[in-house]
Amino acid sequence: MSLTIDDVAKVALLARLRVSPDELQMFTGQLNSIMDYVAQLQQLETTDVEPLSHGIEVRNVFRDDVRGDPLPREAALLNAPKRNQESFLVPAVLE
Amino acid sequence: MDYDIIIGLEIHVQLQTESKMFSWCGTEFGLPPNTQTDPVSLGLPGTLPVMNRKAFELALKTAVALHAEIAPFTKWDRKNYYYPDLPKNYQISQYDLPFSHGGWIAIPRRKDGGGGGRCGLTRVHLEEDTGKLMHAAGGLSEVDLNRAGIPLLEIVTDPDIRSPADARGCLEELRLTLRYLGVSDCEMQEGSLRCDANVNLHIHRDGDTIATPIVEIKNLNSFRAVEKALIYEIERQYKKWRDDGLTIKDAAKTTRGWSDAEEVTKPQREKETASDYRYFPEPDLVPVVADLAWLARIRESIGELPAARRDRFESEYGLSPYDANVLVEQGQDVADYYDDVARATGQYKLASNWIQQDVLRTIKEKKMSVAEFPVAPAALADLINRVERGELNTNQGREILGRMIETGDPAEIIIEMGGYRMVSDRDQIAAAVDAAVAANPQAIDELKRGKKKPEAVKGFLRGQVMKQTGGKANPALVGELLEAKLAESLQ
Repeated sequence: MSLTIDDVAKVALLARLRVSPDELQMFTGQLNSIMDYVAQLQQLETTDVEPLSHGIEVRNVFRDDVRGDPLPREAALLNAPKRNQESFLVPAVLE
Repeated sequence: MDYDIIIGLEIHVQLQTESKMFSWCGTEFGLPPNTQTDPVSLGLPGTLPVMNRKAFELALKTAVALHAEIAPFTKWDRKNYYYPDLPKNYQISQYDLPFSHGGWIAIPRRKDGGGGGRCGLTRVHLEEDTGKLMHAAGGLSEVDLNRAGIPLLEIVTDPDIRSPADARGCLEELRLTLRYLGVSDCEMQEGSLRCDANVNLHIHRDGDTIATPIVEIKNLNSFRAVEKALIYEIERQYKKWRDDGLTIKDAAKTTRGWSDAEEVTKPQREKETASDYRYFPEPDLVPVVADLAWLARIRESIGELPAARRDRFESEYGLSPYDANVLVEQGQDVADYYDDVARATGQYKLASNWIQQDVLRTIKEKKMSVAEFPVAPAALADLINRVERGELNTNQGREILGRMIETGDPAEIIIEMGGYRMVSDRDQIAAAVDAAVAANPQAIDELKRGKKKPEAVKGFLRGQVMKQTGGKANPALVGELLEAKLAESLQ
């Protein structure tokens, strides 16, 4: 299994990352070496192994439906790159 | 025009919890922007979601009520997309192992005899709601994350619906069921119930069936909009097919938005590569195993649902399907009120009439709930019994109920105070009957010559007798004495 430059460019687009042609080359190589490393698992016989849906064998972790104090709005907006009195501001997204 | 209409709905329902699905802040509608957040809803680094048990149980309750099969094992997945309505850049949702499978919604029978049957469910899963974006000046959008993280049920139906009226009916039945269950308030205006509709046509021509391209309609903000948008869209698709002949094989599914003001659907920009969500299992939440004991408790918590209640109102009280439906579709509190009045009087049909005509009209006019209606079921039952026993006629009963609503007093007191005793004095009524007949010789003449229907003439004369007695005459006695008088006059 080998990733192409187009695959990486597509993932970068979906993640809204701007990547230069040089970086695309570099990331494709790096990602492929990660994929190859993980691909070693393919050598194992897994026919009788149940698919794993979670890394830890714990089930049914819940909290009670109890309401607590919200963050003060000022605190919620504190780290926003762009904001006004009451909201986060982002470049307009056309519907 | 020979075609079948194929409609499927995609419905989102906010579940009624105190706190959000994965964190502690509240879920109230209509608060100022960004005053209902916490570090988890903001997607701040280092935070971890913890599942709200109530949210999961409400979802289970809904799925059981919709006849779905509950999965013994379910897990959560990340739906990855980059959009500022969720700051984590993914939505916690369910992909390959949702908590339920199958199920159906009853399609209500329509007045014209259409409808009926079932609309199957493709899937029901639990996810988190997203924030809201509003356009602002200067090429910017405002992001309000109050809604982000509210538990949301996604319900996708099979394409089993065959008309815009049935689409609306199906959605109304779903809302009624969810309200009976108490899992959601289902206010379309407030967005706690949202619906998109997928529609296309199967056109029959020369023994062939041609399917038109599927259109998804968004922006449906009311039940009326669902029906109207579908009616519009069906006509548009048919005309378009006649113009360009494009079928489902030639064109991909498109999205159109309904404009309430213009009553048209308009093309919407597609989210680019929207389908590539790269789902993967959510590592921050562990799976859920729903055992039989838990499911049994959920089942026990479900009361009588609308469909069962309609059936019972017909079988236990002998109501017509129409009457049973009117009482049930008003909501649980009205149906409970009817149950109480019907059982207290034993006069099932009368109780239904009084509630449909007088009680419902009053609560609608005064914009109150049944809980606020000042006449308790036992007090209305007492009034109905007095009318039934002939102590009062129907008009007097109506007046007294009006006074009971105003004053909150029981019928007994209003009758004593207001001189409402019905006149049951035979001689007095016989005199009034004699006078009415004597004063209206033309009526007897019409009856003799068969110019008018006997019932019409009798009705007129009964009215005259009532007028003379100030509306207080015992209607049964008036009827009896009038019959006797007319029989005598016609000899």
